[in-house]
Amino acid sequence: MTSCKHLVLAALALALSAGPCHAATDTAENKLSNGMRVIVKPDRRAPVVVVMLLYQVGSVDEVNGMTGVAHVLEHMMFKGTAATPAGEYSRAIAGAGGRDNAFTSNDYTGYFAVLQKSRLELALRLEADRMANLTLSGEEFAKEVKVVMEERRLRTDDQPRSLVYEQLMATALTAHPYRNPIIGWMSDLENLRVEDARDFYQRWYTPNNATLVVVGDVAPDEVLALAGKYFGAIPSRGLPERKPQDEPTQLGAKRVTVKAPAELPYVLMAFRVPALRDPERDRESYALEMLAAVLDGNESARLNRTLVREERIASSADASYDGIARGPGFFYLSATPTPGKSAAEAEQGLRREMARIIDEGVTAEELDRIKAQAIAAHVYQRDSMFFQARQIASVESTGISHRTLDLQLQKLREVTPEQVREVARKYFRDDFLTVATLDPQPLEGKRPAASPAGLRHAQ
Amino acid sequence: MLMAAAPARAILPIQHWQAASGARVYFVENHDLPMLDVSVEFPAGAGYDHPAKSGVASMTQRLLKSGAEGMSEDDVSRGMADIGAQLAGRFDADRAGLSVRTLSSDAERRRAIDILARSLRAPSYPGEVLEREKVRLVGFLKEADTKPDTIVSRTFYRLAYRDHPYALRSTGEVKSVESITREDLIGFHRRHYAGRYAVVALIGDVARAEAEAIAEELTRGLPEAGGQEPALPPVARLAQGASRMVAHHAAQAHIMIGAPGVARADPDYIALYVGNHVLGGGGFVSRITEEVRQKRGLAYSASSYFYPLQREGPFAISMQTRRDQAAQALEVAQATLAEFVKSGPTADELEAAKRNIVDGFPLRIDSNRKIHEYLALIGYYRLPLSYLEDFVKRVEEVTAADIRDAFRRRVDPGRMVTVVVGVDEK
Repeated sequence: MTSCKHLVLAALALALSAGPCHAATDTAENKLSNGMRVIVKPDRRAPVVVVMLLYQVGSVDEVNGMTGVAHVLEHMMFKGTAATPAGEYSRAIAGAGGRDNAFTSNDYTGYFAVLQKSRLELALRLEADRMANLTLSGEEFAKEVKVVMEERRLRTDDQPRSLVYEQLMATALTAHPYRNPIIGWMSDLENLRVEDARDFYQRWYTPNNATLVVVGDVAPDEVLALAGKYFGAIPSRGLPERKPQDEPTQLGAKRVTVKAPAELPYVLMAFRVPALRDPERDRESYALEMLAAVLDGNESARLNRTLVREERIASSADASYDGIARGPGFFYLSATPTPGKSAAEAEQGLRREMARIIDEGVTAEELDRIKAQAIAAHVYQRDSMFFQARQIASVESTGISHRTLDLQLQKLREVTPEQVREVARKYFRDDFLTVATLDPQPLEGKRPAASPAGLRHAQ
Repeated sequence: MLMAAAPARAILPIQHWQAASGARVYFVENHDLPMLDVSVEFPAGAGYDHPAKSGVASMTQRLLKSGAEGMSEDDVSRGMADIGAQLAGRFDADRAGLSVRTLSSDAERRRAIDILARSLRAPSYPGEVLEREKVRLVGFLKEADTKPDTIVSRTFYRLAYRDHPYALRSTGEVKSVESITREDLIGFHRRHYAGRYAVVALIGDVARAEAEAIAEELTRGLPEAGGQEPALPPVARLAQGASRMVAHHAAQAHIMIGAPGVARADPDYIALYVGNHVLGGGGFVSRITEEVRQKRGLAYSASSYFYPLQREGPFAISMQTRRDQAAQALEVAQATLAEFVKSGPTADELEAAKRNIVDGFPLRIDSNRKIHEYLALIGYYRLPLSYLEDFVKRVEEVTAADIRDAFRRRVDPGRMVTVVVGVDEK
């Protein structure tokens, strides 16, 4: 591709004094003297910039009785510093035409703003301010932890399938902290104090535990200079020791049943498998990714074709491999039985498909199709600056360089049918398996009710 | 201060023409990435359903991907996957169709367009696929009907739209879905997927001549429609408010407050849009979020929106809160709405909303995906090609008085539909 006009924003591009027209530029990576990493990926298709600051700390770093604190702290990061009172961060970003939000995962916590490129400095200044100067008032904490409890009710307590996943993880793992939900157990949230959030903040929110990822119509030098200006003076601190908390060897299949009000049953199976550690040598990770795609990479992939379309045992069936993680990796299979079929029948269907791969292997044609999809997806991903930032953040947070993303695609293309069959044979075993099943309960209280005292009718 | 407002020429160089079929075509040429996005849409959304057969429109669209002209459903999905193309359905209350994202290289593009064209032109609607999809859909509907978010939204639409087809659930109901026949689908396709109703939107790495050829191929041989283009009935304004309290076991009560709001072409839309940005559409900084979440910790998500459609789409406030706080949250939201309708935004609020919308304008069109959505929108609703630059200009011009006036005429806090799901049984 040689053409590179600002076709989309002809007028804006002029007004915003667009730089010379660049083809895709290489990503630049630097480190400030306090240890903070700065990764910049220029993308000049629109005069926009995505600013993402990652802290390499997530729910995996929580200690007993404190589950949810990483995520509550993420919420508190919007509750003000001495220079920027509660709510003013979002007000400033919105007033500059931007949008902002944040996310917490098992392994990392990320904060982002998307703005016109001319407002890059604002985003960096505010981000640096809350890295060093968060107020963490008890009053704001008391309100915000209630918001988080509402979030837990919305996303977990009232969602039977989220409960199934939560119980699956709590059953699959005994020692490793991935067994705890990111949002935290309700009892821990109820007993969390502002001091707990402050303690977590002081331990982990330091420049030497942070990576700034910027994607957009910017020059790496400019970003680096601004990052130095705002983050450079924040001193680094020693980080707490991270205990490995290795999961002991599983001694047999585990099962858990979740009873919750629902109509259809649901079965979710998880096999312990390796996560990607060394992008150059870890062949199994790539084979597992291909295995997931052979099962569920497109509508004519095996699970949908066989269980949904032909045998009609399941209304939906999914497979996925979660191999980008600091902790243990998992391979998931799940199915919703067709009305009239049971969770056990759906599970048997999934097991038949696993056995078929072990017994008969997969075809070169199936792999070629998936490789074609992966290559095309690699192009499509470049349509979204936000996706690109998120992708860099995701691999970097597990200690894998974003520079290996192309290598990872290459390695995926080298996977052979025999390697896929080999990982299926090795890991599709009951000794690595945990099964969680949703046992639907009848709903109570669906009938129209009298309005309780205090609920005023409009008529 | 950089302004995106009042550009001298088009922000988005949209090319527009009509295909031989009569289809309207909208195209942005963009060679940055070797890919192409194409969609074809028709007046065939859920609004064209009949109550006894609700779900026909949705099923007609859903089964477009289930084989055509000798291709089986596996041939379609495999054919697309083999070239890395992504075929997707598009469906809402007004529009229905398909879109594809493909690499722009010749072999891939030709194959993707060929499968797309045949799927739109001659879907085979295999009986056994229909029967299977009916069973699946009925299961999903029964599952959805256990969930408070589904119940609140179904109840809200029923009360706000009563006899109007916007009241119907877009996927249909258990009974109506069970009654759908292959003939229903064939008939609906013949009446609604006509070449002269089609709107083709393209963005990506092809030249104009190629785009013209694609638009011809995609709309050639579509059903011929006689007579008038299908139209939706007008939406009657609510004569009075209504409220429903629905018992449910969930930990949180789900709350919706609203009424029919505004149509796409309504001259009030800009004032209502900007006003709503202040009221509850502007994220963390808007009034409803501030009052319900930031000040009181009552909800994780609390917001308001206008959803403009061909006819008056809904205005709604939506939130969820622990069930014993429902009355308090409802009161806060109602008071916030009443105050906003009475007094409108402050000068500072209006200025902040304008800065967010106007200065944030580049974010709305920073990817092919987003631009493609605007092309499809402009095309379907016959908006001017200058819609995006007009939008920015009109937002800048809106005054607090315009907003107060538009809200007073269009949003009556005394005539709202209010639904709370998640109260105790008596």
